[in-house]
Amino acid sequence: MSERAIVRPRLRQPELDAGLRASHDGLRYSLKHRRTLLDAICTGVAFSLAGLALVPLLSLLAMLIVRGGPLLNLELLTGLPPAAGMPGGGIGNAIVGTLIVVGIAALFSVPFGLLAAIYLAELGNGSRFESVVRFAAKTLTGLPSILAGVFAYAVVVVTMGRFSALAGGIATGTLMVPIVTLTAEEALRMVPSRMRAAAYGMGSTRAQVALFVVLPAARPAILTGVTLALARAMGETAPLLFTALFSNYWFQGHIDQPIASLAVLIYNYASSPFDDLVGLAWAASLVLVSLVLVTNLVAQWLTRRPIEH
Amino acid sequence: MSIVARRDLVLSIAGLGLALLGCSKNETSSTSSGAASGGAAASATPVAAQVTNTVNLVGSGASFPAPLYGRWFKEYAQANKAIAVDYQSVGSGQGIKSFVEGRTDFGASDAAMSDDEIKQANDNVLLLPMTAGSVVLSYNLDGISDLKLSREAYAGIFLGEIKNWNDAKIAKANPGVKLPDQAISVVHRADGSGTSFIFTQHLAAINEKWKSGPGVGKSVEWPAGVGEKGNEGIAANIKKNPGAVGYVEYAYAVLSKMPMASLENKSGKFIAPTLDSAAASLAAVELPANMRAWVTDPEGDASYPIASYTWILAHKKYDDAAKAKAVKETLKWCLTEGQKLSASLQYVPLPSAVATKVLAAVDSIN
Amino acid sequence: MQAVEDRTGAGSAARRNSLKASASAFSPPSPFQRGFDVAFRGLSLALAGSVIALLLGIVYQVMAHAAPAIRDLGTHFLVETKWNPNKQVFGVLPEIVGTLYTSCLALLGGGLLGVTTALVTSQGFLSRRWELVLKNVIELLAAIPSVVYGLWGIFVLIPILRPVAKVLHEQFAFIPLFETPFAGPAILPAALVLAVMILPTITAISREALAAVPKRLPAAAYGLGATRWEVIFRVVIPTASGGLFGALVLGLGRALGETMALAMLVGNANVYGWSLLSPGSTIAALLANHFPEAGPVEIRALMYAALVLLMMTLIVNLLGAAIMARATRGLKGLV
Repeated sequence: MSERAIVRPRLRQPELDAGLRASHDGLRYSLKHRRTLLDAICTGVAFSLAGLALVPLLSLLAMLIVRGGPLLNLELLTGLPPAAGMPGGGIGNAIVGTLIVVGIAALFSVPFGLLAAIYLAELGNGSRFESVVRFAAKTLTGLPSILAGVFAYAVVVVTMGRFSALAGGIATGTLMVPIVTLTAEEALRMVPSRMRAAAYGMGSTRAQVALFVVLPAARPAILTGVTLALARAMGETAPLLFTALFSNYWFQGHIDQPIASLAVLIYNYASSPFDDLVGLAWAASLVLVSLVLVTNLVAQWLTRRPIEH
Repeated sequence: MSIVARRDLVLSIAGLGLALLGCSKNETSSTSSGAASGGAAASATPVAAQVTNTVNLVGSGASFPAPLYGRWFKEYAQANKAIAVDYQSVGSGQGIKSFVEGRTDFGASDAAMSDDEIKQANDNVLLLPMTAGSVVLSYNLDGISDLKLSREAYAGIFLGEIKNWNDAKIAKANPGVKLPDQAISVVHRADGSGTSFIFTQHLAAINEKWKSGPGVGKSVEWPAGVGEKGNEGIAANIKKNPGAVGYVEYAYAVLSKMPMASLENKSGKFIAPTLDSAAASLAAVELPANMRAWVTDPEGDASYPIASYTWILAHKKYDDAAKAKAVKETLKWCLTEGQKLSASLQYVPLPSAVATKVLAAVDSIN
Repeated sequence: MQAVEDRTGAGSAARRNSLKASASAFSPPSPFQRGFDVAFRGLSLALAGSVIALLLGIVYQVMAHAAPAIRDLGTHFLVETKWNPNKQVFGVLPEIVGTLYTSCLALLGGGLLGVTTALVTSQGFLSRRWELVLKNVIELLAAIPSVVYGLWGIFVLIPILRPVAKVLHEQFAFIPLFETPFAGPAILPAALVLAVMILPTITAISREALAAVPKRLPAAAYGLGATRWEVIFRVVIPTASGGLFGALVLGLGRALGETMALAMLVGNANVYGWSLLSPGSTIAALLANHFPEAGPVEIRALMYAALVLLMMTLIVNLLGAAIMARATRGLKGLV
C-alpha cells in the first residue's frame, strides 16, 4: 500500500452544521482563539528552528566563500596541483577526476539501486527476503567510508594489481547504493496505487507497470535521492585513499590508473603547513560544492515536467 | 528517455568531453605499469619527436615527507619528461602494506621497516633515507618566547607528573622568566603517526619510567592530555589553548610561526630547534649497512635531541626493467639536486656522507 | 480529469504510458512483453539479492581480517577501555558508548531541525521560489567533504563553544552532563557537527515524503476547519510517517559511520561518560585515526571494531523498525 493512514474525524452532518453555525463568528482570523494562537506559536517555533538549522549551513558556505572565493581564477580551474613552495597551480585534473570517479560510481550504483528498489516496492510480495534486503540496505547506510575503501581494495585493487579509478568508482558506488535504494523505494511507494491499478486493469505486465507507470511518477523524489547520493560521493575521501590514490597529472584515458580527485586533494592540502596549499584546499571545497549545485540544477532541469491541470 | 538513461548519457558525454580535453593537454603518451595494456596507450596530439613513452611510478606512505616528495617529483618531471611519479600520503603502515603487496612501486615510512615486515617482502627491500626532520615542543604561554625545558622537565610534563607551569623543575632552567601559575594542558597525537614514534623513542631513551610505562610506538597510551588528529590538530589546539604544550614536526611549527622550546641535549646544553642543530644530530650517528639508524639521543654539543631520518622503500630487484631504471634515476636526482630544495621547505638535507652511502645503494637497484 | 494540480505530473504521462505499454487497450501482453516481464523481474530480484550479497561480502572481508583478533581478544574487547598496540591491549567500550551517544544526540538535533525545515519549506509557508532555493542550498551542503566540516568545527564551532562551556561547567557541574572541564574537542562539538552533517539528508528526504502526501487529504482537513498546524500534525505527518522514518534511518546511518569530521572533533580519548564537555571516541574515528599507520596486528583489532560497528548498526535498525511498527500499527489499512 502506498498511501498511509489518514485521520478521519467522525463527524456527521448535523454536527457539521452545528459547528459551522457556532464558528460563524470565529471564521475571522483572531489570535484570541486558542487554536489560532497555538497555530501562530507553532509557526513561530518552526521558523525559529528552521532558521537555527540554516545558521550553521550558511556559516559553512560563508567560510568556503571567504576563504576559497578570492582564489578562484582560470588558472585554478585548469592548472595542475602545485608542489609545496611553488606558486600558482590549480585543481583542474582533480575536477576531471572527481567527475570520472563519480561517473563510474553512478553508472554502477544508480541502476543497481533503482532495480533493487523496484523489486522492493513493486515486484516483491512482502516476503521475508524483501525485509532482509531492506535491512541489508539500512545497515549499509551505516558503513564507515573507510570500510568501503577497504572492501574495494580487497576486491578490485588486489585482483587488478594496482590502484585505479575503477576501484575508486566502485568504492564510492558502494556508499551510494544504499542511499539510492532506500530513497528510490520510498519514492516508488509514494506513488498512489490507483495508477498501478489502472495500468493493471488495462493488461500491463508487472514490469511494464513498474517501468512505465510508477517509475516516471516517482521521478522527482528518486532524483532527490540520487543527487543526495552523488553529493555524498563527491565529498568522500577515505574510499579513494584506498583505491584511487591521487595523480598529479591529467587523466590519460586509462581508468586502471590512479586518478586525482577533489576530495583527496582537499584532504592532502587542508592539513598542510604551507598556506598557499591550504588556500587551494578551500578553493577546491568551494568548487566541489559548486559542482554539486550545478549537477543538481542540471538534473532538475533535465527531468522537469510541465505542471498539469 | 528515463531519468537513469538521460542522466547517464549526460554524465558520460560530460566525462568523455573533459577526458578528451584533459588528454589533449598532455604532451606525452604513456604506458601503464604492467604493460599488458601497452597496446591501448592513449596517444594524444602530436608530440615533440624525441619524447618516448613515459614510465609512470606510483608510491604511497608517510605524510611527514609528502610536501617535499611532491615538490621533488614535480621538479623532476619537468627535468625529465620520460618519467612521471605520483606520491600520495596514506600513512606509513598502509604505504608499507601496498609496497610489500606490489600495488605501488615504492613506499615511504617514518619508521623504516621492522624485521618482520622486511621478511614479509622476501627481503627484496632497500631502506633509503631521503631526508630528515625534527620534532619540536611547542607551547602557548603569553609573553614567553624562549622557553627552555630540561630533560627532567619535558619528560615529567608528558608523564603527567609536572602539572603546573610554575613548577620548580621548569623554573630551574628558565632563570629570570616569570612562569605563570597555570595548569599545563598536554596535547598529543590521537592518530598513529611517525612523529609520535620518534618522540616516544626519544623519551624512552632518556627516561626509564617512560620506557617501562607508555613505551615506544606510533600510538601509545599517553598518561596525560588530549589527543588531536594530525600535526594541524595539535597546532590548532596549542594556538587556541593558553597553557597548552604539544609536539609537532619542525616544518609545521616554523611555517605556522609557533614558539618552540629549546631542549636539553645529552651534553646538557639547551639547543633550539633549527635545520642546523638537527643536521648536527644526524651527523652524530653512524649509518649501518641496512641504513636503518635511529637518532634517539644524539651526542654532541650542538645536537638537537629529537630528530630522525625518513625512508623511501624500494625493491632491490624489479620485474620491469624500465621501472627499475626509472626508480633509480628519480632517486638519484632526489639525492643530489633534490637535496638543494630541502632546506627551503624546512626539511633537513642529508649529510653528504650519508647521501653518498644511499646513492651507492640506489645504484644496486635493478 | 484532475482539477487539482498534480504535483507528480504523472497523470496524463502515466495514462499515455499505460496505453503505450499495452499495444491496444485491453489486449493481453504479447509474448515479447511477457518474456521481458520475466527477465526484468528476474533481474531486479537478482539485484535486490545483490544488496544482501554486497553486505555479506563486506562483512566477510571484515571478518576474514578480524578472525585472528576475535580469537585472541574475545568478548573482552567489548569491555576493555585501553587501546595500546604496543602492549597488544585493545578495547572499544569507550568507542561503543561514544558512537551511540554522539549519534543519538545528532539524530535528536538533526532530526528535529531537519523535519522542521522540511515542513517549513513544503507546507506553503514560503513562496515556491524560496522553497526551491532553500531546497537546493540545503541539498548541496550534503556534498561538503567531512574534512571541511571538521575544519569548520575546529575554527568556528569550538571557539564559539568555549565560553559557553566554561559557564555551563562552572555553574552546572552538578548535572552529569557538564561535569568535566572543556578542553576543545569533545562530545558536544562532535554531536553538533554531526547533526549539521545529517541535516541535509533528513531535510531533503523528509521534504519528498511530505510533498507526496496527496493534496486532497490536507484539503479535506482544512475544509473541516482545522488550523494549519493541526493539519500538519494530524494529517500530513502521519501520512508521511514512513518517509520521515526513512529519512531518519538514513541520517542515523550517516551519523554512525561518519569518520573524518569526528576524528577531528571528538577528542579521541578512551573515556566515556555522560559529560557533553569531555572528549570521547567513536569507532569510526578510531578507524580513521589508527588505520593508516597500523601494523598487521592492530589492523586485525581495527577490523574487529568495524565488525562491532556493523553489528551495532544492525541492532539499532532492528530496534528502530520495531518501534516504528508499533507506532504505526493503528494506522495501517485505513486507506
